[in-house]
Amino acid sequence: MIDSLYVAWRYVTFNWARSLTLIACVTLIAVLPLSLELLLDESERQLLARAETTPLIVGAKGSSLDLTMNSLYFGDTVPELISMAAVERVSETDLALPIPLSVRFQARGFRVVGTNLDYFDYRGLRIAEGRNLGLLGDCVLGARAAAELGLAPGDSLLSSPETLFDLAGVYPLKMRVAGVLAPTQSADDLAVFVDVKTAWVIQGLVHGHQDLRDVTDPTLVMDRSDGTVTATAKLAQYTEISPENIDSFHFHGSAADYPITSVIAVPRDEKAAAILRGRYVSVDAEAETQQILVPGEVIQDLLENIFRIKSVLDAVIVVVGTATVLALTLVFALSLRLRQREMQTNFKLGCSRATIARLLGAEIVIILTASALLTGLLLAMVTHYDEPLVRALFIH
Amino acid sequence: MIRIRSLGFGYPGNAFRLDIPAFEVQQGEKLAVIGPSGSGKTTLLNLVSGIITPNAGDVQVADTAVSTLSDAGRRDFRIRNIGFVFQDFELLDYLNVLDNILHPYRITGALRLDGTVRARAAELAGQMAIGDKLKRRTNDLSQGEKQRVAICRALLPRPRLLLADEATGNLDPRNKAHILDLLFDNVDSHGATLLAVTHDHELLPRFDRVVDFAEFQSGAAA
Repeated sequence: MIDSLYVAWRYVTFNWARSLTLIACVTLIAVLPLSLELLLDESERQLLARAETTPLIVGAKGSSLDLTMNSLYFGDTVPELISMAAVERVSETDLALPIPLSVRFQARGFRVVGTNLDYFDYRGLRIAEGRNLGLLGDCVLGARAAAELGLAPGDSLLSSPETLFDLAGVYPLKMRVAGVLAPTQSADDLAVFVDVKTAWVIQGLVHGHQDLRDVTDPTLVMDRSDGTVTATAKLAQYTEISPENIDSFHFHGSAADYPITSVIAVPRDEKAAAILRGRYVSVDAEAETQQILVPGEVIQDLLENIFRIKSVLDAVIVVVGTATVLALTLVFALSLRLRQREMQTNFKLGCSRATIARLLGAEIVIILTASALLTGLLLAMVTHYDEPLVRALFIH
Repeated sequence: MIRIRSLGFGYPGNAFRLDIPAFEVQQGEKLAVIGPSGSGKTTLLNLVSGIITPNAGDVQVADTAVSTLSDAGRRDFRIRNIGFVFQDFELLDYLNVLDNILHPYRITGALRLDGTVRARAAELAGQMAIGDKLKRRTNDLSQGEKQRVAICRALLPRPRLLLADEATGNLDPRNKAHILDLLFDNVDSHGATLLAVTHDHELLPRFDRVVDFAEFQSGAAA
C-alpha cells in the first residue's frame, strides 16, 4: 500500500491544479454545513446565555429585536430613544431595579455603553485592573476591548465622532481609562463602559466651557441680559474632563429628559415581573410609547427563524453537495478515460487490475485526506473566531 | 528459449493477420527481427510477452506455454522472466527518471524493492549516461534519454528474455553502438536472450541471427 500511495502521491502532486480543484470542491462540501452548524450552535449559546440572564427590558415601541440586540449585545442598530423618565417610571413601581443603558456611541470601533454601577453588580462584572467608574469622563474597558486597543488604566481613549461633517454633531471626548474588566466571554468584553452622564457629555448634552461671566472677548458673547449670558458658537467646549474643568460641566434642562436607549429592569421576583409587565399593557395602547420585553422570548423567536432558514440552507447544501459529488465522479470517470494509456503501460509492466484500482484508490485517499485536513483547519478557524463571526452574522 | 508453433493472430475488426507456422529462438541468442512497418513485428513481441494471446497455436517461453496461462499467470510470468523495451518508451510523465526505472517494483508484488535494487538502478542509469538525471521529469528528457530510461527499466530485474522494440531507434549512431554494447553486455552477463525488432540495418551484423519478417511471413523462417 505504501508503494501505491507513493505513486499516487506523485500523480496528485504532478497534476496539482486538478488535485487542488478536487480538494477545494470536497472541502467546500464538508466545510459549509459543518461550519454553519458550529456557528449556529455558538450563536444559540451566545444569544440564549445572555438573554436568559436578562429578565426584562424597557424601551421605545418599535422593533423588539433591535431593542433586545442593542440592550443585550450592544448591536449596531440603535432603537428609538427614550428618556431617563423611563428609569424613574420603573423605579416608582418598586417592583424592579432599573438600570439605564445608553448604547449609541463608539470609541475606536468599540461600543460605548453608558450605564451606572448597578449594571456591574447585576452582570457580576469584576474589575481586573484599576478601579470602577468614579468621575465624569472615566471609562472601564471590557477585557477584549482593552487587549485589542492596547489600553490599561491611566491611558486615555477618544470617543469616535458620529459624523465627520456634522458640525453640530457629536465631538470626540477624551476619556480616562479607569479600569479593565475581567473576561466574561460575553458582549461585555467588547464594550467601553462609561457612566450614563459621560455618554451625555459625548452627545454634547452635558458640557463644560469657560465661565462666561469671566469672558472678556466680545466675539464669544452673543447677549448679556437679566444676568444671563448667551455665548456664540465660537465658544469652545472642553473635549477632555480634567480636575481643573470638571466643575464647569453642567446640564441644560432636566436630567429626566435626557436620552437613553433602554432600561434593564431586574424585578424582585416573578410576581413583580408579571405586575411590571402589566403596567405597560395600557388600555389605551396607542398612548403607550414604551414596551417591556422578555429578552429570552425575543431571542427564541429569532433562533426559530434562524433554524428555519438553516433547514432551507441544509436542503440547498444537500442538493449542491449531491451535484458536486456527481460532478466530481464524472470528472474522475473522464480522467480515467484520459488515463487509459497510462493504465495500459502499467498493465504491460505487469500491474494487475486490482493494483490499478489500488493506485486510483490511493489517489482518492490522498485527495480526501487533504480535504479532511483542510476541513479540520477551516473548522478550527471557525471555532476560534466563532464569537466575532456570530457577532458579525447575527448580532451586528 | 522461445518456441512458436502454428500461431495465428488477428485483431478484432481488423484485416491484419499474423500467421507463424514455426519460430524458435535459442537460449542466450541475440536475434534481430526486421521487416516492413505493419508486418506484425511488435505483435510478435506482445504475443511472446503474453500481453496478448494468440487465436490459435502455441507460444512457449522458457518451457512455459505462455499462451495457455491465465491473465494472472501470464502477468506473473512476464514480471519474473521478461524485460520489455517498448517502442514508444511507455514512461509515466508524473514520475521522475529513477521512479520510472523502479516503477515495476512498485506496482507488482513479484518484485521486491530494496536498497540493492536502488543501487543497481543508479548504476544502470550511470552506464546509460543518465545517472545525473535521476531526479528529472521524463518530459524534460530528449528522446534518446527517454529510450535509455526505458532500457534501464527493462534491464533492472535481470530478465531471462529481453524484448526490445526499436530500442535504438531514437539514438545517434555513436549512442546506438554504445547502447547496443550495454544491452549485449547486460544480456550476456546473466545469460539472457535478446529478441530485438529494428529497422537499423547497420546494427544487424552484431546480432547472432536476423529474421526478415517479410520472409518469415511466407513461412520460411525458423
